Amino acid sequence: MELFLEQLLNGLAIGALYALMTLGLALVYGILRILHVAHAAIYSVGAYLGLWVFSWSGSLLLAALLAMAGCAFLGVAIERLVYFPLLRYPPYVPLIASIAVLLGTEEVCRLIAGPYILSFPAQVPLPSLKLGPLLLSPALLAVYITTGAVLLGLWYVVGRTELGLAMRATSQSRVMAEALGMNTHLVITLTFVLGSAIAALAGILVGIYYNQVYPTMGAVPAYKSLAIIVVGGLGSVSGSVVASLLLGLAETLLIGFADIPLPRDALAFMAMIGVLMWRSEGLFGSR
Amino acid sequence: MSGYLITVLTVISIQAIAACGLNVIVGFAGQISLGHAAFMALGAYATAMLCTKAGMGFWSALPLVLILSGSIGLLLGLPSLRVREDFLAITTIGINFIVEAVFLYTPFFGGALGISGIPRVYFLGEPLKGPGFLLLCLGFVALVMAICWWFTRSFAGLACFSLREEEAAASSLGISPVRFKLLAFVMGTMMAGLAGALYAHYMRMINATDFNFPYSVMMLSIVVLGGMGTLWGPLLGAAVLGSLPEIFRPLVDYRMLLYTALLLLMIRFQPGGLLGEPSLGRRLLSKMIPGKRVEEAL
Repeated sequence: MELFLEQLLNGLAIGALYALMTLGLALVYGILRILHVAHAAIYSVGAYLGLWVFSWSGSLLLAALLAMAGCAFLGVAIERLVYFPLLRYPPYVPLIASIAVLLGTEEVCRLIAGPYILSFPAQVPLPSLKLGPLLLSPALLAVYITTGAVLLGLWYVVGRTELGLAMRATSQSRVMAEALGMNTHLVITLTFVLGSAIAALAGILVGIYYNQVYPTMGAVPAYKSLAIIVVGGLGSVSGSVVASLLLGLAETLLIGFADIPLPRDALAFMAMIGVLMWRSEGLFGSR
Repeated sequence: MSGYLITVLTVISIQAIAACGLNVIVGFAGQISLGHAAFMALGAYATAMLCTKAGMGFWSALPLVLILSGSIGLLLGLPSLRVREDFLAITTIGINFIVEAVFLYTPFFGGALGISGIPRVYFLGEPLKGPGFLLLCLGFVALVMAICWWFTRSFAGLACFSLREEEAAASSLGISPVRFKLLAFVMGTMMAGLAGALYAHYMRMINATDFNFPYSVMMLSIVVLGGMGTLWGPLLGAAVLGSLPEIFRPLVDYRMLLYTALLLLMIRFQPGGLLGEPSLGRRLLSKMIPGKRVEEAL
């Protein structure tokens, strides 16, 4: 029972990390209908930036803030330079461009920081919490608190502010929003800022949680988060959060107790194909 | 010809065969597939198993390999029919990961070690190596190109084109989307299986990670770079993308970076590919060869 609860908590943390990685992707897909695979590149750049600022300044908060700022800039640069000129072409053209950006960024990280795994020696300034027999480590708590705060903040921004209204309008119909006098390009830019900053947070948290940062750390999340947004229903932000949590739990519990011979990364795609066969628009999609 | 050049040309022609298959699926039938390496893996593993465990030769195994990869392609093509565009792209990525994982984690298929000791191809009693194997590959390239050429002129090919352009209109004229999309899918996967079989007999040892997702991306890049839906595009794309890493080889460390940068620039400024509809290559060819001959040939 204790082991089960421990696995449950770990699975929830992994699901929360998936949610942070995937949120930006879901936001961007909702607004531009582009599969932004390079989002994972932003995530690993965020981890590197965070590690670099942390080892230089020693402050985790400063590291998080600067990494978020840097990644926001990178995200907007990708949108302006790569996606925007390609919007009028069929969706596979920006998709391939996006994969090229991902591979190129991995190479840049490898050239600058070296091909080896770096450790992220940050101590999270949180106490470890004791819940009966269970011990919640500071890293676990940090994952829960950050994800909760980000989700709450995002819910407020998207649901309660004018920017959120503009984002929802743009994702419904960009042409219509523009016709009503909205500056949709600014909305798109702000969406990329928001999504990329969240990705930077995810990168730093993953770096601390697993204590490793390496050039290809974005590869598996890149494709897994695609599976997640499909299961959640493409473009549905709440759907992708639920799907992330479900996948994190399913992975951890299945690997922990069912002894499946296949690797956990293939599991996400099997779940995805299963869901697609049953509901071709995803769990929370509407079409 | 030096051995190095022959090796590069052989690899390029194997990739051209697979790219032609992908072009049938993506360019002719308009279905995005990002899992083409999985079907190459099916062909490669099928021939490897038949030749090492069942003791067959390349030529007797080949029909079985083609039937097998075609029928598994049919099976995996069925789920792809239910989804379209972005969902389809992600489903095929998933197929790639699952096939790779199955080969990588099943001891029956050699697990992480892969399969080694795949025999050479014999032709008229002589083992084919070096130039001989290159000729064999080029022969298969010609065969595949001929099939593609015939397909673009057949009723099935025209039906696929019409489905690609406007599915609702085509199906209202009585063209079954299921039948012709599956036909294109099976043709494409059989060509991928052929390429995989050639690859297995050329390398003589295979590993599931040879056919990973980045390889599928490269396949799609070849088709997009050459010009999607054109007859000669995949060949040109395979030649360009196959020779680029060799040209950049002196810059070992920056090779992948230059490669991705070039791909990005190419997509940014020539998204139709080198021979596609609004491209530079097509205009140049039209200027050099007057009349409508270029439009017909591509």
